[in-house]
Amino acid sequence: MTFITANWNPLGDAFYRKTELYDMCWDLKDALRDCLVAAAPYGGPIALLRKPLRCSPSSRPQLEIYSASGFAITSFPWKSGPLVHLGWTITDELLCIQEDGSVLIYDLFGSFKRHFSMGQEVVQNHVLEAKVFHSPFGTGVAIISGSSHFTLATNVDELKLRRLPEVPGLQGKPLCWAVLVQDRQIKVLLSSGPELYILDDTSCSEVHPPWLSPQAGSIIHMSVSFSYKYLALFTDTGHLTFYSQNKLSEIDTKRSTAPEQMVWCRRPNSQQPSVVLLWDRLLMVAGVCNDTIQFPIEDQCVLVGEMDGVRILSTRSHELLQEVPLVCQDIFKIASMAPGALLLEAHREYEKSSQKADEYLRELKEQSMLEEAVKQCVGAARYEYDPQTQKSLLRAASFGKCFLADFSADPFVETCRELRVLNAVRVSSVGLPLTYPQYPRIFKHLTLQVLTDRLVYRQLYPLAIKVCHYLKIPDYHGVSRVLRHWASCKVQQKDLSDEAIAKAVCAKVGDSPGFSYSHIAAKAYECGRAELAIKLLDFEARSGEQVPLLLKMKRSHLALSKAVESGDTDLVYMVVTHLKNEMNRGDFFMTLRNQPVALSLYKQFCKLQEQETLKDLYNQDDDHQELANYYVAASYREKRMDIRLSLLQSAVDEYNKAKNDFAAKATEDEMRLLRFQRKLDEDKATELLGLSLQATMEALLALGFHKQAEQLYRDFKVPEKRYWWLKLKSLAKKEEWEELEKFSKTKKSPIGYLPFVEVCMKRNNKYEAKKYVSRVMPEQKVRAHLAISDLEGAADAAIERRNESEIGIVLSRCAASDHLLIERLNRARTSTVKK
Amino acid sequence: MAAHLSSGRVNLNILREAARKELRVFLDKCAGSKAIVWDEYLTGPFGLIAQYSLLKEHEVEKMFTLKSGRVPPADVKNVIFFVRPRLELMDIIVDNVFRSVGTLHSSRDFHILFVPRRSLLCEQRLKEQGVLGSFVNIEEYILDLIPCDSDLLSMEYESAFRECYLENDQTSLYHTAKGLINLQALYGTIPQIYGKGECARHVANMMLRMKREFAGSQNQILPVFDSLLLLDRNVDLLTPLATQLTYEGLIDEIYGITNGYVKLPPEKFAEKKQGEGSKDLLTERKKLQLNSAEELYAEIRDKNFNAVGAALSKKAKIISAAFEERHNAKTVVEIKQFVSQLPHMQAARSSLANHTSIAELIKEITTSEAFFDNLTVEQEFMTGIDTDKVNTYIEDRIAQKEKLTKILRLMCMQSVCNNGLKQKVLDYYKREIFQAYGYEHMLTLNNLEKMGLFKPQTSSRNNYPTIRKTLKLWMEDANEQNPNDISYVYSGYAPLSIRLTQLLARPGWRSIEEVLKMLPGPHFEERQQLPGGLHKKRHQGENRTTLVFFLGGVTYAEIAALRFLSQMEDGGMEYVIATTKLINGTSWIGSLMDHPASKAP
Repeated sequence: MTFITANWNPLGDAFYRKTELYDMCWDLKDALRDCLVAAAPYGGPIALLRKPLRCSPSSRPQLEIYSASGFAITSFPWKSGPLVHLGWTITDELLCIQEDGSVLIYDLFGSFKRHFSMGQEVVQNHVLEAKVFHSPFGTGVAIISGSSHFTLATNVDELKLRRLPEVPGLQGKPLCWAVLVQDRQIKVLLSSGPELYILDDTSCSEVHPPWLSPQAGSIIHMSVSFSYKYLALFTDTGHLTFYSQNKLSEIDTKRSTAPEQMVWCRRPNSQQPSVVLLWDRLLMVAGVCNDTIQFPIEDQCVLVGEMDGVRILSTRSHELLQEVPLVCQDIFKIASMAPGALLLEAHREYEKSSQKADEYLRELKEQSMLEEAVKQCVGAARYEYDPQTQKSLLRAASFGKCFLADFSADPFVETCRELRVLNAVRVSSVGLPLTYPQYPRIFKHLTLQVLTDRLVYRQLYPLAIKVCHYLKIPDYHGVSRVLRHWASCKVQQKDLSDEAIAKAVCAKVGDSPGFSYSHIAAKAYECGRAELAIKLLDFEARSGEQVPLLLKMKRSHLALSKAVESGDTDLVYMVVTHLKNEMNRGDFFMTLRNQPVALSLYKQFCKLQEQETLKDLYNQDDDHQELANYYVAASYREKRMDIRLSLLQSAVDEYNKAKNDFAAKATEDEMRLLRFQRKLDEDKATELLGLSLQATMEALLALGFHKQAEQLYRDFKVPEKRYWWLKLKSLAKKEEWEELEKFSKTKKSPIGYLPFVEVCMKRNNKYEAKKYVSRVMPEQKVRAHLAISDLEGAADAAIERRNESEIGIVLSRCAASDHLLIERLNRARTSTVKK
Repeated sequence: MAAHLSSGRVNLNILREAARKELRVFLDKCAGSKAIVWDEYLTGPFGLIAQYSLLKEHEVEKMFTLKSGRVPPADVKNVIFFVRPRLELMDIIVDNVFRSVGTLHSSRDFHILFVPRRSLLCEQRLKEQGVLGSFVNIEEYILDLIPCDSDLLSMEYESAFRECYLENDQTSLYHTAKGLINLQALYGTIPQIYGKGECARHVANMMLRMKREFAGSQNQILPVFDSLLLLDRNVDLLTPLATQLTYEGLIDEIYGITNGYVKLPPEKFAEKKQGEGSKDLLTERKKLQLNSAEELYAEIRDKNFNAVGAALSKKAKIISAAFEERHNAKTVVEIKQFVSQLPHMQAARSSLANHTSIAELIKEITTSEAFFDNLTVEQEFMTGIDTDKVNTYIEDRIAQKEKLTKILRLMCMQSVCNNGLKQKVLDYYKREIFQAYGYEHMLTLNNLEKMGLFKPQTSSRNNYPTIRKTLKLWMEDANEQNPNDISYVYSGYAPLSIRLTQLLARPGWRSIEEVLKMLPGPHFEERQQLPGGLHKKRHQGENRTTLVFFLGGVTYAEIAALRFLSQMEDGGMEYVIATTKLINGTSWIGSLMDHPASKAP
């Protein structure tokens, strides 16, 4: 720890360090050579496909999976087709891409999960090269086929294949290519000889990098940074060019062979980003600043890019190469006078019980740099991998903190807590070498559960639960998820009885919030343990979750009642349609009868889709009223008159059975009207069919068929009042004033005589209107006079009736010039009020 | 665009923002240029969430209306259907997809976005028709509660009342419960739930159940609402039948407000536009947005219409005085200050002009004899005069071929106020309808009877007078200008639903147990446990907030009455209103009618 800077190498004005993460506990000998290797980012697992020992056609390659510390997790002979590429998803699943384009997915323990294909075309043409990439959409796969076509799967969990457009003139595979994420789109950058192309979903465009010097040669290797913001191109003349938006710089590596691997090495807020290049015996860190560091290497190595560095895997060790963060530089640089360095020194002296501690502290306090010093120590601790170094920094911070009056301890506490978790997962037996900057990345920005999920994938349940408790993750996101995973493993244990498993699961899980028993039940059912599944389903609180599984297990009745219980009508429909296909009609109807909610939903469905079934349902229930309504509705959908009438007759019968005499009578009337209309339409070529009774009479009157109108009036017992209105309006419309007068005298008008006045006025016939004013009832007299604009008459009527409001109405109609009248009305009003 | 949503007691913009975010996420899933094919019914509600600009930002280049045939040609990568989960719409989509096969654009990707929820039934239909595989994305866009104004949420679910009471289909209630759960996720768990009615009970049950299902995902948000009141529309069938007499209510009654917009006859508005082709303007109805973002409208919308004139003329004086200020502006600073206020003043002036025109339009109607006569009959019914015999005014109106919905409104009102009609009266009315409007209305009348709106008297006792007296539903001396009671919104009639809400706040429902028993459905109270530390510490004099949810619709007059209660100084309670649909008597009755003679179901 004294020589903390011993492994620091200067690059420009920054330093790079190689930290040993693990002594690999695998025993590989030379195996890293000539085998497919895939190591997941964020300290994920390592997969190797080792060539068979003997080269006989019957021998199979061996697929081995190790933790980052080299612990063997599983190993099995590869029996499927030849593999082109291996890669890991963000959820620690292994993607094995075969030559024929099928992608096989395995979990961490080597059990096969599922597979998909990269398209029909690839089956014949074969995959030349494949890459696995991570983007905000998930983990994706990109391949280039023998016919030089690129195909992309953006997210292996939601498989959608995209075939990219053709690259002009490309034969075989390009010199090099890379996948990028730009503007929420996945693109492919490729070099074929001197040209550089960019491919997106719809187009292939050639890029002419003005920033690439013409003598640079062809691009034979390229690397995109972890964040997809930086690009490095390596040409066959040994030139390495760096870009972000623009060209950053260029460096001559003096090596013309393509490196085996080329990976960006930078961190957020990097001072000196660089690219790490790997050749057979050389590891070169080429900085954007034109400086390089060269490490000779003896072993076969594999580079794994991380967001804040590069991991170097070899047969013996596992190292992390990264730029030393500024805060660590400040503290540990030789002869540093940074506040943090002083505080660390102060604490060291204090532990030695030396008075120098006081001197250092005073100095810090005098320059009011103590707070800064504490922050630096806390900050540096986060980036140190060695727990001893972390501890000494944190102790120093804690020591300095005591001398600060109002200093929020939260960052300090938080850091301690987080480092504790990190150290716990870094230990060799767990083998998750996460760095601090990666931790918030996976832990906070992605989702809370990723870290625990990773432990869970490794079946490290107790540790995962401890972490959840320690970090106070809400149960819903934390412990419950761990338990879920545990339980789904548990139900697959073949050596335990159903009873024992159900008991064990229930005992451990209880009613942990957010725990889905149906999920576990589904797992059990998948493993052929239906009884266990039903036992587990009983614990499920969410009916929405139970239903699909119950259906699958052929417990339809139970499924239906659970669906109804949930209130989710879509779920009910799902069960109902399922039952409909599964049962015979009779049983189906009987089942529905016991579930009124389901029945009425099904009726709704039938109303829109299967009218005939609706009839059967009503029939079965002896629901005559509804059946009658059904026939009525049906009659309107029918064009042919005889069918229409027979449907209505059925409606009458059903109404009678339902003892709804009124409706039966009304429907009979309707049939009578229809017959009447049809007859008249035939005889007199009228167009009455479909009109209401009222409209029919109106039409008849308008056409002069008074006798027929009269007949309808009597036959249908039309109220006198309404008929009078009808006749009145009809006559007025035709301006048959004499007829109107005759009509008014046939008998005493049931609607009074005001309407007569009004219809006349509507036709502007004041002369006719006046004839009826005298016959208007006293209480409507005022209105009648006003209607013919006879103010005097209205005033007389109002005064005679001594009605205050009527006087008011007349007054409001008076113009200012009628002062005599106004006076009279006002007088009358006062006298009325007095009384 | 939606600043007015955050101006209320509860910031409803949070809800809108959440909905917008969802939409963006979905649009981004379909990479590349897009065309949206709209289920026309959805465009209105969506307008309240996102304007075209948002869609455009996400590469939506074309928009079409969903109809049979081929999707119009558009050079886009994606075609997205925004639809309600209805089988008849699925058939149209199937047709669209089939017809695009083999055309120039057959490489397009199809997507479906179901609003508000995806449905297995619909997906199955697509599968049966063999097009399910043609869709790259099939997703749902959970749009339950749409913020319409700073204190108003609506699901815009038109058929909710009909489905619940006529068809025994409680889908809308499930959506309501889900919507409330989502609301609680944003605004905190509502500690107390009250309710009255069968549907209310059902919604509350589902909410509690869903909460149990998600037990453990403890909501850590400090509750914004203190209580939730769920009210069934069928507890108060009378109120929507009555003609609303507030400004906003009348606009809705006469012209209809849809999704915050009203279309008005252009004559009154045309003259202000000079120089343009005035003939074109006359033919197209003027579309105006109505919400609290407009200061003047917020001020007058809830007033009784009789008080609107005075308010408008007062405003006119203020505005012209403000414009007069310019003569007093002498110094450069003063002039600058005046000029800086100009845009605001001009907006106020045009707003005033608009509302003066609207008020004139409405006044022409409210001062007509027909309106007066209709109102008189309504008020007679509500006060219990002659509700037990055939009403001559109704007879007259039938003879005059008044619109059927209007007749039904009055008949239903009479029936409700009389707790059902004598068989003889009922049959007479029915026969009148059959003869004057056609026998096809048999089904509609049957519906109304089932829902208790137009039914025979079953018991000899009429509860309505008791309810009216106990709850003081009729106030003789309603003050329209300076109201002191909610009855001002109907010039005398205090809406039953709002009276119940008012009495719940003070003194509590215990005082009216007897009346509650006369109204249909159970009444109940539930508590939802809050995690420790989330109990509100109430400051002295701080008002409590209640979310009132009307299951089956609410009228603008009822909303006005609740706003009036919120503003009462000693009320101590503020209300936020939610509903399945904003209704008025006409639209409501319309939704309950059956039209067997027309093709569409």
